[in-house]
Amino acid sequence: MSECLLEVSDLSMRFGGLLAVDQMALKIRPGEIVSMIGPNGAGKTTVFNCLTGFYRASGGSIQYKNQAIEKMPGYKIARLGVVRTFQNVRLFKGMTVLENLLVAQHRHLKTGLLAGLFKTPGYRKSEEKAMERAEFWLEKVGLTEFANREAGNLAYGQQRRLGIARCMVTQPELLMLDEPAAGLNPNETAELDKLISDLRRDHGVTVLLIEHDMKLVMDISDRIYVINQGRPLASGVPEDIRNNPEVIKAYLGEG
Amino acid sequence: MPESFFYFIQQLLNGLTVGSTYALIAIGYTMVYGIIGMINFAHGEIYMIGSYIAFAVLAALAMMGIDSVSLMLISAFVISIIITSTYGFAVERVAYRPLRNSNRLIALISAIGMSIFLQNYVRLAQGSRDIAMPSMISGGWTFGPEDGFHATVSYMQLIIFVVTFISMTALTLFISRSKMGRACRACAEDLGMTGLLGINTNQIISITFVIGAALAAVAGVLLGMYYGVINPYIGFMAGLKAFTAAVLGGIGSIPGAVLGGLILGVTEAFTAGYFSSEYKDVVAFSLLVLILLFRPTGILGKPEVEKV
Repeated sequence: MSECLLEVSDLSMRFGGLLAVDQMALKIRPGEIVSMIGPNGAGKTTVFNCLTGFYRASGGSIQYKNQAIEKMPGYKIARLGVVRTFQNVRLFKGMTVLENLLVAQHRHLKTGLLAGLFKTPGYRKSEEKAMERAEFWLEKVGLTEFANREAGNLAYGQQRRLGIARCMVTQPELLMLDEPAAGLNPNETAELDKLISDLRRDHGVTVLLIEHDMKLVMDISDRIYVINQGRPLASGVPEDIRNNPEVIKAYLGEG
Repeated sequence: MPESFFYFIQQLLNGLTVGSTYALIAIGYTMVYGIIGMINFAHGEIYMIGSYIAFAVLAALAMMGIDSVSLMLISAFVISIIITSTYGFAVERVAYRPLRNSNRLIALISAIGMSIFLQNYVRLAQGSRDIAMPSMISGGWTFGPEDGFHATVSYMQLIIFVVTFISMTALTLFISRSKMGRACRACAEDLGMTGLLGINTNQIISITFVIGAALAAVAGVLLGMYYGVINPYIGFMAGLKAFTAAVLGGIGSIPGAVLGGLILGVTEAFTAGYFSSEYKDVVAFSLLVLILLFRPTGILGKPEVEKV
């Protein structure tokens, strides 16, 4: 499968004596929506942290576009087009909604300090572009009217949407969402479902999702990986996962 | 108006003068703390180096026979800012960055070590005796009754006010308007997240140290000329005072550092003016103790939020 966007093999992560992730393998092709599910504490977020350079994996390899990224610092991985959201959102709460989206485009503003000081035409142009992109995504996630509000003052569901918009302005190829539906009501979850599908269809992003909301997962995923106690338990299309006795056992306990 | 009024005004002016330079140094403490959560105890030494470089520049220009005051002042500022910033940059690279992910206490000890190193390095290179710094600017503007006490604003004080004001305006514009400033604020809120958005946070941290050192250099040039005497040990006391100012205003907050610096300077001046100058340090540091006891987050500081 040479056309893989992301290929993880034999990934392990050890914290002292605890092996949080072991023999983890993932393959994601461009344009797919792939979900990782598993009971709490299964190691899903740890896998995310390894993939984004937040942790350095204890072993195994992570190939992104046939390039080894397991030893790269987080900001370099982000520059390759891999960005993520967090369970607890982690917005810049003291900054405005708009500023959150502008700071995420920092590296696209290819201008030096002097250019910024004297507002050269090149600087203006790149600033305008950043503004346009920010406004586009504000509209997309329905936050246009809150552009100048402090991000910390937004309602919870709005903060989650802003988190996704902040990822999207970096123009990622692989978007990793860590429990995007946590704490959302059914309406908001339905909107999120639509948003994620739109992201793939209109913006060509590949999505890797951690989620507990099974309806959302079964609805939008092309494939699902199930993790239990740090190890891969099963993988396949939603239909297979739904009927897999191993998975049911892991979720419901041994009856 | 009574004499006591002019006496009061005089103390206030003296306090604001010293206070605004404390504020310049305090910004360096507060910005670094805001981003990486450590106290850069070598910052006072950076200020001292700023003074020494200004002295070297003034001496060199005088030897070359240049006597234009404005040219001398501008070169002293520019060269001191450039070289001192380089020191600030180097200190972070050598003494703090390798320890970034270790225990906070370790970085703190490294900072104290750096402070001792810099102090002795200047002492060995320049000698430990006082050096007389040319004051460059004399005279002032006097107001009040002809006979009895009248208040004086020296031109040097005016320069301190103006330069401090310009520096702080420039900093405010940088932080609030520029993309680098925006990235600095993002780092201060959540360093890890900023990195995950593809921003090189090490670069932003370096910029923070460079800005802090540049402002300390400005303070070094100004206070050196104001007091007229420098030695390798001035950094210690100035550093402690500025640290007090930063804590007083709320460490991590830039407006807080400015406010804290001014309050501290004015408090010191009034203590010296109405009681005795012997007591001014006692009062300044009692203020630090009181603040830590009753309002540990400082005047404008926000309560510590648990970072996940």
